[in-house]
Amino acid sequence: MEQILGNLSLLAEFPVINLKIIVDGLMIGSLFALAAYGLALVWGVMNVKNLAQGDFVIAGGYVSWWLAGLGLPPLLGVAAAFAVMWAVGWVVYKLVITRVIERDMFTSLLATFGLAIMMAQILNLLFGSDTQSIQLQYDTLYFFDGFIDVPIAKLLGVLLAALLAAGVILFMKASRMGQAIRATAQDARAARVLGIDTEKVYAFTFSLNAAICGAAGAIIVMVWVIQPFYGISYSIRSFVIVTAAGLGNLPGVIAAGLGIGALEQYGAHIFGIGYQQAVAVLLLLLVLVVRLVQQRRMRRSLQ
Amino acid sequence: MKIRSIITGLALLPALLSQAHAQCKELTVGSAISLTGKYATDGTHSKNGYDYAVEKIREAGGVRIGGQCYNFRVIYYDDESKGDRGATLAERLINQDKVQYMLGPYSSGMVKAIAPVTEKYRIPMVEAEGASRSLFNKGYKYLFAVLSTSEQYLASAITLAAEKARETGKQPSSVKVAIAVENDPFSLDIRAGVLEDAAKFGMKVVVDEKLPRDLSDMSAILTKVKVHRPDVLIVSGHSKGAATAVRQIGEQKINTPMIALTHCEVADVVGKFGDAANGILCSTQWAETLSYSDPIFGSASEYERGFKKAYPDYANKSVPYQTAQASAAVYVLKDAFERANSLDKEKLRDAIAETDLSTFYGQIRFSENGNNIAKPMVMRQIQNGKYNVVAPSEFASHKLDWPRTPR
Repeated sequence: MEQILGNLSLLAEFPVINLKIIVDGLMIGSLFALAAYGLALVWGVMNVKNLAQGDFVIAGGYVSWWLAGLGLPPLLGVAAAFAVMWAVGWVVYKLVITRVIERDMFTSLLATFGLAIMMAQILNLLFGSDTQSIQLQYDTLYFFDGFIDVPIAKLLGVLLAALLAAGVILFMKASRMGQAIRATAQDARAARVLGIDTEKVYAFTFSLNAAICGAAGAIIVMVWVIQPFYGISYSIRSFVIVTAAGLGNLPGVIAAGLGIGALEQYGAHIFGIGYQQAVAVLLLLLVLVVRLVQQRRMRRSLQ
Repeated sequence: MKIRSIITGLALLPALLSQAHAQCKELTVGSAISLTGKYATDGTHSKNGYDYAVEKIREAGGVRIGGQCYNFRVIYYDDESKGDRGATLAERLINQDKVQYMLGPYSSGMVKAIAPVTEKYRIPMVEAEGASRSLFNKGYKYLFAVLSTSEQYLASAITLAAEKARETGKQPSSVKVAIAVENDPFSLDIRAGVLEDAAKFGMKVVVDEKLPRDLSDMSAILTKVKVHRPDVLIVSGHSKGAATAVRQIGEQKINTPMIALTHCEVADVVGKFGDAANGILCSTQWAETLSYSDPIFGSASEYERGFKKAYPDYANKSVPYQTAQASAAVYVLKDAFERANSLDKEKLRDAIAETDLSTFYGQIRFSENGNNIAKPMVMRQIQNGKYNVVAPSEFASHKLDWPRTPR
């Protein structure tokens, strides 16, 4: 308790810490938002709650790390991870997801949970359980007497994430496939009647999700560290963000992602870094309660 | 003609048998160790250490018990880095494979899970990778550990800081300490050791935080470090803790005069982060530059060379202490078997308890509780990308670079 109060008074004493927390939080949050956007896509279009979301992120990170070891420039690794994870996503869809898509929620949850365990273990066997990262030889920008540090690598990561998000949005709005995906999300049966090959749409959506996650992972390995068993923390955050923002609400996903990033940093500062993720889970609970109350009220008004 | 050849064949048979008799018998030892799961890397380092020692002892003529020679054979099971699995596998080794002696698993948590089983069946276990001091206050009679217990890991950094304070004309009690350790038994022991020593000098602890299991960002702590300006920063969180700390210490330009970590080597902080790692103190159980030696493995540096030859995977990195201490554990078993001069596990246990052995890994002598009390922890400082021993002073090859120069 004493420590918490001390940390709070630090915030008041050094207002620049607030800025530092928010800057850090937004940088982290942009990557959370990316992974969460993929989840929202799969959830919304296929009604599959993908528990292996975080493991796709980590796998993408390893793809980029492995290629960097072979001499590929890390920034190209983002594109490479996108492509490789697209293929992985397609294979996973054809092997697993297509069989559970029509089943009830528990089947798909169990299947993707199993997938998550498998992926973590396969990464472990392939690359070992050590933490890995790519160190980019860029400078760090300093503001406010060196209090706020913005490594250019991180800045590049955020930029790449924003670019990717913009690309995906544009794709969903403008392209034929994007329209088909949105149509399928609205009503799969009607889309089928109108001649949309929903099986193809599903495969495409799932691959796209894996690819987005892969790219996010490739960025993460440049700015933080990865380990085969880190997937779960990205899965949890994706779920929190999607639950908070709702499906098919892209600006909401981005806002929630950035918000959670910043709130987690505040949580880490005030309660200690050990509670950083607890803040995310607590938020999930809060969001669920609020949603429940909202829905109850709506039902009442309908009655 | 036919009958003759059969007779000569039969006559040769005893000769063949006695030749087989002259060869060494097998001495089966069991170990449940992490080959998959989160401890897979370290588990494999340990297994390689065991295997290398088994091979070296075989080359040196095996274990001699009652005029007969034996070679170790280790039965391994993968505990998947899960405690309950480890305990089940220990039961299986003892009940199904009829193993009478055990080598330890990797990590304190796993030893904690297995020790009650070996204790129940009165199976002596020499372990090399469980340093938590909570293992040695339970009154276990069959558990022995060759390594220094974990509260000693970073405590010497506090002593060093006190020395430096005195040298610069300040009171040791004016030293401010920041601690960030993972929330697991091993790191909490480290924290306890540091807090104990800091209290002894009357130092003030300004930051005291616990790192989560899946740490990848500790900028929140480092920001506090920036504000509080401690004189010592202690971080322990296995390899992810070391990697995250070094990267962000570089990014955030943390210029604390003394920074001490664990697991620098396994995280390869020099290879990954280069100059950012400069001046950081790393604790280790063992270093190949130390002046210890023994007849089986030779000196510490000979051990390193021999091991690298046998395991070319390690050619481009230094051999981790996890491997060295695993080899030392097998050596303790050999020594104890020969002194017990018996295969009886009770006699073996008593012989292990009386061990007083000089090894390439350091002196090994067990306390009543089974932990090694003869070997000190070693502190190395990263100086121009090299790990140089700076403490304890009697083994130090280099001078401590203080205050730390990040470059």
